[in-house]
Amino acid sequence: MKHVLETKEVAGQSPNYQTTRFDTLVEWASGLAKKLGIAKPIDWAVNSSRANSLWPMPFGTACCAIEFMATAASRYDFARFGMERQAFSPRQSDVLICAGRLPFKLAPVIRRIYDQMPQPKWVISMGACASSGGIFDNYAMVQGIDTIVPVDVYVPGCPPRPEGLLYGILLLHKKIKGESLFDAERRRDEQPLDAHGLRMAPEQIDEISEPFGNSVHQFRSS
Amino acid sequence: MNPSVDALRTTFGSAIGRALDVRGDTIVYVQRERLLDVMRWLRDTPGHEYHYLVDVTAVEYRDRERPLEVVYFLRALHRQADLRVKVELDATGDLTVDSVVSLWAGADWLEREVYDMFGITFSGHPDLRRILMWETYSEGYPLRKDFPLRGRFSRAEQVRQALNISPEANYSMEELSIADAYDDLPADMRERLRKGERGRVQESE
Repeated sequence: MKHVLETKEVAGQSPNYQTTRFDTLVEWASGLAKKLGIAKPIDWAVNSSRANSLWPMPFGTACCAIEFMATAASRYDFARFGMERQAFSPRQSDVLICAGRLPFKLAPVIRRIYDQMPQPKWVISMGACASSGGIFDNYAMVQGIDTIVPVDVYVPGCPPRPEGLLYGILLLHKKIKGESLFDAERRRDEQPLDAHGLRMAPEQIDEISEPFGNSVHQFRSS
Repeated sequence: MNPSVDALRTTFGSAIGRALDVRGDTIVYVQRERLLDVMRWLRDTPGHEYHYLVDVTAVEYRDRERPLEVVYFLRALHRQADLRVKVELDATGDLTVDSVVSLWAGADWLEREVYDMFGITFSGHPDLRRILMWETYSEGYPLRKDFPLRGRFSRAEQVRQALNISPEANYSMEELSIADAYDDLPADMRERLRKGERGRVQESE
């Protein structure tokens, strides 16, 4: 649910983060709920509903998608955790699971899918390539999808076994159950791309995509 | 040695360079100017009839002195015979060869890939655009030896440019279903499509 009545920039925040007038209403409501002592029960009910019916948006690009399919199939069956319905449509999904390496050519695609998903939304980065670029430390590959979209859970492995992905999903459940409906911070929506076009500062992106592994002797000037 | 080589020599004379026999495969070097004639002859002459163009690719050797090579893999399906035709290009000179799309329609995307990865221009190609990298990609030609593995720009700049590409812009109008709806489109969009304008990257501050 999005209630963007009027947006104003938050001092000291990056222009990507904006708050709404709805925040004052949230503050008032959360004050009231806390006074009545029903904030925790409401959070519990809402978070349990959200955590136990996560609709995944699979974004499978490589071998991790095979393990993802195994996770969805009958032996591991993530429907047990309320992920019965795979959305294949960003507008009807809660969690984006990026399974596989992401080339730069797909970067605007995953970004658009993420922008189209309604709040609240979460992202699982499945496998080494999605999380860090993995062995593909080259000109064509995004060095970690966290440079494109915010990531909640990283699942390591190459590819991770279905148990690994299920553990990641359970960790996400844990994270969701710790959220509070009355926390205005969490409501702040990530705005669609502006002219700058980056989710974090350029220095940060360069730092987390530093060379590693076999390509440690490869420099941009060589 | 493939008998086509001798037949080529008698027909084209000095346009045919050296020929090698490598583990049962025949490689024949052809002068760049006569490539199209040679290829047409190989395709149409009875007794040779290389009807199938398996692949077009290019090679750049680590030895900087050696020229770039454009490689054509030909196969005569009914005779089960293969022939590899190579054209040498000076890496510092003009990287242009004639397109063979007029002979084998399947060469279209193969030549686009060679253009994308090596920067070799195929004159006469109907639609020479990048095919693997996006069209506004400006770091160079990735499979050339002077191209650094991680690209020329910083990772942040690469991410910025990638996020600014328009996913639809990689397709020609014919490839998009929008082509069917062309007449119903607004005038400004029609104009944009007619001029072939594609995704543009905004200048960073």
